Amino acid sequence: MENIYLTIVLAPLIGAIIAGFFGGTIGRKGSHWVTSTGVGISTLLSLYVLSDFILGKAETFNGSVYTWMVSDGIHMEVGFLVDKLTAVMISVVTFVSFCIHIYTIGYMADDEHNWPKTSLAGRNSYQRFFSYISLFTFSMLMLVMSNNFLQLFFGWEAVGLVSYLLIGFWSVRPTAIFANLKAFIVNRVGDFGFILGIAAIAMYTNSLDYAEVFSMAPGLADTQIQIWGDSSWSLMSVIGILLFIGAMGKSAQVPLHVWLPDSMEGPTPISALIHAATMVTAGVFMVARMSPLYEFSETALSFVLVIGATTAFFTGLIGIVQNDIKRVVAYSTLSQLGYMMVALGASAYAAGIFHLMTHAFFKALLFLAAGSVIIGMHHDQDIRNMGGVRKYMPITYWTSLLGSLALIGFPGFSGFFSKDAIIEAVHHSSIAGSGYAYVLVLAGVFVTALYSFRMFFLVFHGEGPRDEHAKEHLHESPKVVTVPLILLAIPSVIIGYLTIGPMLFGDWFKDVLYVLPEHDTLAAVQAVVHSGNGMLAHTYASPAFYLAMAGLGVAWYIYVKNPAIADKVKSTLSPVYTLLDKKYWFDEAYQAVFAAGSRGIGKFLWLVGDRGVIDGLAVNGSAYSVGWLASIVRHLQTGYLYHYAIAMILGLLLLLTWFVFV
Amino acid sequence: MIALSDYLILGAILFAISVAGIFINRKNVIILLMCVELMLLAVNMNFIAFSHFLGDTAGQVFVFFILTVAAAEAAIGLAILVVLFRSKRSINVEDMDVLKG
Amino acid sequence: MTLEKLIFYVLAAVVIMAATMVVTRRNPVHSALFLILAFFASSGIWLLAEAEFLAIVLVLVYVGAVMVLFLFVLMMLDIDLAVLRAGFIKLLPLGIIMAIAMAAELILVVGPENFGIDKYAAPARHAADYSNTEEIGSVLYTVYMYPFEIAAVILLVAIIAAIGLTMRKRSDTKYLDPATQVVVKRKDRVRMVSMDAERG
Repeated sequence: MENIYLTIVLAPLIGAIIAGFFGGTIGRKGSHWVTSTGVGISTLLSLYVLSDFILGKAETFNGSVYTWMVSDGIHMEVGFLVDKLTAVMISVVTFVSFCIHIYTIGYMADDEHNWPKTSLAGRNSYQRFFSYISLFTFSMLMLVMSNNFLQLFFGWEAVGLVSYLLIGFWSVRPTAIFANLKAFIVNRVGDFGFILGIAAIAMYTNSLDYAEVFSMAPGLADTQIQIWGDSSWSLMSVIGILLFIGAMGKSAQVPLHVWLPDSMEGPTPISALIHAATMVTAGVFMVARMSPLYEFSETALSFVLVIGATTAFFTGLIGIVQNDIKRVVAYSTLSQLGYMMVALGASAYAAGIFHLMTHAFFKALLFLAAGSVIIGMHHDQDIRNMGGVRKYMPITYWTSLLGSLALIGFPGFSGFFSKDAIIEAVHHSSIAGSGYAYVLVLAGVFVTALYSFRMFFLVFHGEGPRDEHAKEHLHESPKVVTVPLILLAIPSVIIGYLTIGPMLFGDWFKDVLYVLPEHDTLAAVQAVVHSGNGMLAHTYASPAFYLAMAGLGVAWYIYVKNPAIADKVKSTLSPVYTLLDKKYWFDEAYQAVFAAGSRGIGKFLWLVGDRGVIDGLAVNGSAYSVGWLASIVRHLQTGYLYHYAIAMILGLLLLLTWFVFV
Repeated sequence: MIALSDYLILGAILFAISVAGIFINRKNVIILLMCVELMLLAVNMNFIAFSHFLGDTAGQVFVFFILTVAAAEAAIGLAILVVLFRSKRSINVEDMDVLKG
Repeated sequence: MTLEKLIFYVLAAVVIMAATMVVTRRNPVHSALFLILAFFASSGIWLLAEAEFLAIVLVLVYVGAVMVLFLFVLMMLDIDLAVLRAGFIKLLPLGIIMAIAMAAELILVVGPENFGIDKYAAPARHAADYSNTEEIGSVLYTVYMYPFEIAAVILLVAIIAAIGLTMRKRSDTKYLDPATQVVVKRKDRVRMVSMDAERG
């Protein structure tokens, strides 16, 4: 099995290396073949591993393949931990990534039009893009298959690096460069917390291996540490919160969410890859993987819960007022990530992973559908300019509808099961902040339905595109675009119903995710419903269903039935609209405080520290003072032998005097 | 009986005289070389005295080596002096000012 | 005052007087001769300290070789004494003060209160058949073997250095190259001339 796992990880890497370094030689066709084949092999093998787990043939694998170094008893290794959680994650990651590879062939087909003729970076950009997305897949696989914190951190940073490269892929656009810098810097803030958390773990357990750390966690549950002064902190809470700060950066939780909407500057396939399968789910996966640590700190769990709920509701609100089709989907991702975090905070780790999986499919679908519309609209992304697209792009229309229904949690669709499970789990949770979270996630359901169908109706229904020119060219996208849409639409609809049994109510995650009995909210949910069918039967009793329907209805009324009312509502609620349109002024505040502040510090250090002290005093100053001293001392060097002799004699005399009298 | 201090005082006086010699004959290289020989003699005097009073032949062996080195030094010093005189027609230390900046 | 002590003081006085003359004489030749005197007297003092071998070596090496070398050089060089003596009177008082200061300080250290006869008793005299040369030889060729050999190398280096420094090619000397002498041919030397016989 070890060879299979190695192949899963290395196949995308080899594809990335070949396409990256030899892209010019093997050409466009060679590049997309080699990378897609690599990811395809990974996908097949991942599904094989998953099926082995489902059939009960596979054992949990935990072993290292390479020891990098051993320092002071800490083993730094490359190793794999493949259990049921990993199997689910790698299947989702590779499957979505594979669909995106195929889709990219169509989406990036005429990428040269996005570059100026003279741009060097524009040469072989098609091959480069394939190399990047394969590398991204490799990074994510390293992250999820790791059996130790060092490799987790490697994957974590590699994902961050490649996301930087991909968001700023169109490096001739200033906005893209701004966005990728922003993503990178905001992620650094999170990663700082993350590496502190890993350092704390290494410090108190002297190990980086998951299994060893988890086995020591119960013993450290009551450990108190002093960070500064005499205030005493629970070690587990500190570790949990620090690790979660890393997850906040990667999974874009408030207040580190600001990079994610801007990451839409990258090409659409990469938006789908970042949002659906890879980067943003890393945080959710990490917290779930660390469940044996989080379970021992209610403080950390509450923190996760509150942050998640805040993100879920408030970023969803912003989605209502966005006009860029990709940004609407981006805010929807933020909101759904919030849901996943809420699930983790309520100790319903399985529900979080379940939602991660269903979300990966329908969010990838929505993104690719949005991309398809964007191709049709000739890269116009403003939904106000669209409308009536339904007639021209039937496949995109139907798959989008399925995706949107899955997103709002329409009964029977995959999103319904995962989201309802989360809401019910929060309902049964009793840790601090769970009441707040319950209200917000319920309200979030309404908001989700509203923004999803606002976008859906504006794009696909109503009057045709405003621009007559655009109307003429509007047609269904090529097969390489629509086939992935259909491929993704199928799991978006059915995967929830198929897998809820084992994942939530079965023992699929029994030995993988660790939940203390007093936190086990899923067990409380299970006391009410036992299966997917049970949940469907309970739909009438669920407030979430009515809220979702209300949201859908409001969207239909405002944007289809009576479009005039939209502007009226907007002007009536203009302060709220402004607040949402400005995204709660997060960007402006960060610009004013952190960006301007660090520029100020930088300028101060440059002028005073670097130019004044280092250049002026230390470098030039020492040179000047040496020169000054030498100009005085050189008068001693007369060049006459007897002066030196006399100096020697006088020195001897002084030395003797010193010996005798001191 | 002759005390150890007698030998040492004689050595000290010899040394002081040679230092003064270097000081006052600062222009004549050949006298300077002789003063250096005198200095070495003073040092050797101390070695011999200590060797005698402590009953250790190491001191005498050391003198032996100093004599060797002093002979070599005198030979090379005088050779340099000859070469110097050949090129400058003078042994005046003041004329050796090529090092002066 | 024993005879031994008397001899020591007389010799010490000679050494000091000679040393003073060395540094004060106008003529360097006189200085060199006084230096020889100082060496002779020192050698006597070393005999009193039972360092017979070194006393002989001092006379042989210094007086016999080094000082003769000094005298050779002095004779060879055409020295303008007046220039070299300039500033002598001016520096003399300072030199004397410095010498006295240095001697006083040294004597403070090595004087009788530290190294007097009560601190270091004079060792007993060796028997008549004692050989200082044999004793030095026995340690020189065993314990100090390597230093001894290095000293030999140093002397060799000094010889080569002294020769290398003073040797020079003289363009005005006439000499024959033996190689060209050997390869010479008859026609280089002998020219056959046929000339008419003299007619009376």
